[in-house]
Amino acid sequence: MGANFMRLPKNVFSYFVILLMAILVVGCSNSSSGNGENAEEVESEVTTVGPEDGAKMDMWLFVDLHQKFYSEMLNKWNEANPDKQIQIKFTVYPYADMHTKLTLAVQSGEGIPDLADVEIGQFPNYLDGEVPWLALNSYVEPYKADLVTSRLDAYEKDGNYYGVPTHVGATVMYYNTEILEKYGIDYTQIKTWDDFTAAGEKLKEASNGEVYMTSVDTGGADWLTLTMSEYGESWVEDPENANVKLDSLNNMLTMQQGWLESGIAEVTPGGQIDTEQGYATVAKGEVAAFPKAIWYMSRFTDYMPEMSGKFAIAPAPVFEEGQKRSNGAGGTGTVVYKDSENAELAAEFMAWAKLTEEGGEQIWNILGFDPVNTKVWTNQDITHNQENEYVKYFVNNPFDTLLEIQDEVNLIKTVPITTTINEVFNLTTLNEVLENGADVKQALEDAQAEVDFEQE
Amino acid sequence: MKKIQAFLFSQKIAPYVFILPFIVSLSFFWIYPMYSTINMSFHNIGNGYSEYIGLANYEKLLGDKVFHIAVRNSVIYTIFTLIILIPIPMLCAFLLNSKSVVGKRIYKSIIYLPALVSVVVAGILFRYMFSEMDSGLMNQILQFFGLESKQWLKNWGTGMFALLLLATWRWTGVNTLYFEAGLSSIDEVLYESAKVDGASAWQRFWHITLPLLKPTRIYVTTISIYAGLAMFLESFMIYGSNNSPKNIGLTIVGYLYRRGIEKNDLGYASAVGLVLLIVALSISMVYLLSSGMFKKEDK
Repeated sequence: MGANFMRLPKNVFSYFVILLMAILVVGCSNSSSGNGENAEEVESEVTTVGPEDGAKMDMWLFVDLHQKFYSEMLNKWNEANPDKQIQIKFTVYPYADMHTKLTLAVQSGEGIPDLADVEIGQFPNYLDGEVPWLALNSYVEPYKADLVTSRLDAYEKDGNYYGVPTHVGATVMYYNTEILEKYGIDYTQIKTWDDFTAAGEKLKEASNGEVYMTSVDTGGADWLTLTMSEYGESWVEDPENANVKLDSLNNMLTMQQGWLESGIAEVTPGGQIDTEQGYATVAKGEVAAFPKAIWYMSRFTDYMPEMSGKFAIAPAPVFEEGQKRSNGAGGTGTVVYKDSENAELAAEFMAWAKLTEEGGEQIWNILGFDPVNTKVWTNQDITHNQENEYVKYFVNNPFDTLLEIQDEVNLIKTVPITTTINEVFNLTTLNEVLENGADVKQALEDAQAEVDFEQE
Repeated sequence: MKKIQAFLFSQKIAPYVFILPFIVSLSFFWIYPMYSTINMSFHNIGNGYSEYIGLANYEKLLGDKVFHIAVRNSVIYTIFTLIILIPIPMLCAFLLNSKSVVGKRIYKSIIYLPALVSVVVAGILFRYMFSEMDSGLMNQILQFFGLESKQWLKNWGTGMFALLLLATWRWTGVNTLYFEAGLSSIDEVLYESAKVDGASAWQRFWHITLPLLKPTRIYVTTISIYAGLAMFLESFMIYGSNNSPKNIGLTIVGYLYRRGIEKNDLGYASAVGLVLLIVALSISMVYLLSSGMFKKEDK
């Protein structure tokens, strides 16, 4: 044969183009693996913990920090139980990917992991029809007396507990004391939303409109679930007939509209405060206060270290005295696949890891969450440990507030229709009301129509 | 053994043997999923159960306001991509084909490069470009002209603009290449004889180039119609998720994904997919019939 397999380009321009492409390829590949904990860049990370001869299990997670917690507890378990050794292969996926994978696995019946962390919002997806998870009632029983039961109920169906809760997720108010003191506002005097609004007016006057008292969400329902808890209402009182035309929602949204009109509040950049834009807003000192769950503390230490020593935690204001001041927000339930080889052992381990006092201590120390086991809350050695990064970060001790609101943490249950309700509010209703100033009553009627359509 | 071989290689059977691999993969990857989707669209599917509900999914689709929004978004997007992405690449191809342009190959490579960038990466970049903060690229451009920053991705109009900009940036090169291939198949002799007859450049373009580009035009239009209606990734990446404010960026496939994967309602999602197929198919068939593709060529 002998013909030239590849002729070199004779044209100078072709060399130029090849050079250009080479530069682009090399240049682009270096910049993407750069710095920053951008959640979108996280790929699945696999860590195996435990001895080789232990019962082998695999677990799917969607937050890297949770894996550190489970690894810590697994090591403790293996030390204390030489006859029940466990080895777990942890895989951390991005949030949406993990749930999609799990949904597909459950649908097809193949590749379901032995253990998985399921976020509370996604939990109902797996409870429809035949539930693939082990009922955990007997494993939870030994610890039940010390637990916040509303959190167990969050993952319950037909009397069976299917998920082991991680935290209570009590909503509290975060106050930027540096800003408030500068303008002469004492946050400890704020007990009602009227007090809050008045403080907001004062702040606006004093700072010449530069600082907002708070920011309102168009992309999250935390303000709404808080207000429902305060009034003792729930949009899924009857899970088959959701009702969003509630007084609590009407009052909250009308109040928020008023804040926006008088310049006391702005719409949260990024839709809600647990986003990159949200962290930037807080770190810039743009807002003086906002309500969020206790687990938001780790966002402070992770993304806003410069705000250390400036923020205080207090119970949220209410509309009328006597209302409950908190609501359980967010959550992760760990599930055990019922047909897995070592299902019982997995359930025993997981209940021990998350529901005991020992587990609760680590949930506080490693994850910065308020553990479901309330015995931890009164254990001063744990809660006032001066080495704990959260104790160091905040002006006051988080557990002081938690103990104050201990019996006031309500929970709006997540049921199948909740996904639709969240969708309707986050995409349409909140934008209409808060960005476009639509009539609140009408917007809630429209939302109800959308929800009814789903429920028929 | 020899008998089987003789049978397989015989005149009658051999052709079928040759196309067998194609038929197998076609049935596996196309016919079976198609049948399965049609079947699923008549069922209500959950974890481990699948109950027959007849036309209930389709009836629900008729009244589904969110689905209507998705269809509206997809159709408008398709119409705009057709308006932008057929004349402009045609013009580019024409320019690139002319003798007076220096360095044609560089321009061709540069114009094609965006098509090589992953849609995911491009979408993320465009999302940052259109960020509502003052530091976003588009807002910086606005500020340069003394205008206020806009919330690009919160309004339908500006959001559609962002999507179309992304589409134009990405697909102009590909379409240009198609047209360029079509142009190069037109015989030079036709142009020369037209010049001899005194035809102007515009007349040559209108009476020679355009008609002879018809097959290419029809091909590009047909694939653009389908690509526009089935667009998902661009919108998903620009808005950062499937959930855009007031569903301004929701497309038909986006709605399919939301129902099927995010909400685990595969029966309903199958119905959505089927409706997309029927819509795309009918539009394409109408177009192809009206452009005479199915007429037998006059010999």
